[in-house]
Amino acid sequence: MKIKLNIKKILLAASVLAIAGGITTGCGNNSSSKTGSDSTATASSDDKTLLGAGSTFVYPLFSKQFSEYNKLTGLKINYQSIGSGGGILQLTNKTVDFGDSDAPLTEEQAQKMGAPVLHIPMCSGAVVISYNLADVKDTLKLNPEILADIFLGKITKWNDAKIAAINSGVKLPSTSIVIAHRSDGSGTTNIFTDYLSKISDEWKTKVGKGTAVNWPLGIGGKGNEGVAGLVKQTPGGIGYIELAYAVQNKMSYAKIQNKSGNFITPDIASTSAAGNVQLPADSKIFLGNTDAAGGYPISGFTWALIYKDQNYSNRSEARAQNLAKLLWWNIHEGQQYCEGLHYAPLSPAAVSVAEAILKSATFGGKPLL
Amino acid sequence: MLKSSVTKPGDSRSNALLREISSITHMNVWKNIKIKRSFHQIRMEKVFRTSLVLIALSILALVIGFLFTLIVQSMPSIKALGFGFLFGKTWDPVANVYGTYPFLLGTLLTSFLALIISIPFSFSIAIFLGEYYPRGWFSEFLKNSMDLIAAVPSVIYGFWGLFVLVPIVRALEIKLGVTPYGIGIFTSALILAIMIIPYAASLGREMIRMVPSSLKEAAYSLGATRFEVIRTVIIPYSKSGLFAGVLLSLGRALGETMAVTMVIGNTSIIPKSIFDPGNTMASVIANEFTEAASTLYLSSLIELGLVLFLVTVIINLIGKRLIKRFTTD
Repeated sequence: MKIKLNIKKILLAASVLAIAGGITTGCGNNSSSKTGSDSTATASSDDKTLLGAGSTFVYPLFSKQFSEYNKLTGLKINYQSIGSGGGILQLTNKTVDFGDSDAPLTEEQAQKMGAPVLHIPMCSGAVVISYNLADVKDTLKLNPEILADIFLGKITKWNDAKIAAINSGVKLPSTSIVIAHRSDGSGTTNIFTDYLSKISDEWKTKVGKGTAVNWPLGIGGKGNEGVAGLVKQTPGGIGYIELAYAVQNKMSYAKIQNKSGNFITPDIASTSAAGNVQLPADSKIFLGNTDAAGGYPISGFTWALIYKDQNYSNRSEARAQNLAKLLWWNIHEGQQYCEGLHYAPLSPAAVSVAEAILKSATFGGKPLL
Repeated sequence: MLKSSVTKPGDSRSNALLREISSITHMNVWKNIKIKRSFHQIRMEKVFRTSLVLIALSILALVIGFLFTLIVQSMPSIKALGFGFLFGKTWDPVANVYGTYPFLLGTLLTSFLALIISIPFSFSIAIFLGEYYPRGWFSEFLKNSMDLIAAVPSVIYGFWGLFVLVPIVRALEIKLGVTPYGIGIFTSALILAIMIIPYAASLGREMIRMVPSSLKEAAYSLGATRFEVIRTVIIPYSKSGLFAGVLLSLGRALGETMAVTMVIGNTSIIPKSIFDPGNTMASVIANEFTEAASTLYLSSLIELGLVLFLVTVIINLIGKRLIKRFTTD
């Protein structure tokens, strides 16, 4: 009897404790997201270390660039590749100096930021269509219509008349097409679904674009390696992966017909070319289905994100200037490291737009550069 | 203060305690006697007791805190979607429509299928190690390798599944005439089954070893064969323990993420057969959490976690009830 009573008391006390704990943490979260916490960027108070977080896609390039920059200037940059969404969240909470995202901020995200945010293109990357057809030695050609039909489930066999029509001379097997897509939310998916939305109205209304979408069919793999693994293993498999990953793993990938009607092999030159078009002043553009005649149609920028006015939460001007100089270096000298890592360097048009954007960054109203 | 008051703490006091106990048992008058305890002893008792209570409390507080946080964080999606969340069949982050039904189905299907596959193995191992070969190098070897199965990180199971099991299952699927994906619900269940065997097996082994030998000997003396002893004495005696082991492995199967993610196919289409690709709640969370951009999306993923939490709790409660019924029989 007595013991039972005690247990009841303990349970009650525990729940009170838990609820109290929950409430205090809950409140903490709310206030920080509304007002922006004051204890920001204190994670590294010394101005010799900058903090960044975001896209995993750009991470190999960033780590190379940042280590070279460190040799030049002694500035340390700590970049966490936690995914674009995570980077955006960290920047919103002002726990990092810059974020990096493979897609421009959505309206909801921009609103949550509370202050204007600049998008500075860092490099671009291509998404290739890789396939597994053991007996087909030639590079397959695909056009937008076929691509959309495959991913909508309208073309189900490799020897479909439509595929055969543009691949004359290639002996296509009667294998079923097995689609592999990314199962994790990803900038790669965003670039690819954006492209499909641009070329197919049916895709746009039925599925749409985003970092994760409701795929009409197919199987999902986690990360580039997951999709690549599925494609490699499944006879008749097709999937979209980053160019760098496909090149390094010697996978076969298709030539895609672009807007100008040319069949383009995805490589660094054709990806850079895709970005050599008239860009909007804020650089917030999906490059998919580019107008450039020699450009590969499925590609996109990755952007560094910083607050337009760098004077927030007691940051020093020196820190803000370090950041601006770093990004300036990234879009100029830093571009030489792109090709070795299979990223496409910024096109001349993109560099000039990036320069203008970076110059518009201020510290307390004064221009930084 | 402590050091000055006590010299040679161990011997003298435990001797005194022993003497006291023996005198008490001699006199056999427990209630009337006032045992002389030093101030220090009493304080130690209190400190020990309080720390035990505090630690027990903190565990409780953690569990309730988990639940509370999950509920608070999933409020936006609960408000926006209501019960539609539980029974909705589409998961579309673009249109902001979230239905967890395919994943709930996937989680339950893979876990119970895995359980069904694993039970014959884990019970056989338990009986073999508990009754036939309780000692000896072979038994030790088998026991250790079984423990190793539990210690292998799940991502390794995932890799193994992807590169070894998937081609085998694909060959099987080609023979059966279903779409040869290779990955899917069935493959995940196989991987899960291997992963959960040790849990039920080791608990079962301990339980079987605890069956009193007097009972077994009595059965033997009545002319029972070994199989009859196992069937009529050992299993009835240890069934609550065996069942508890099964429950433990089910809990593990429900929450397993990495290995399943790698071989289940990760599609939100409702599976039509066990050879179809599917998805589980845990793997959806692991897959989509990092890039969940909008508030409703993030909140829906957290609500998915809440559903998983509740499913686990409900299954555990049912299991406890079943164990109780078994033991009172």
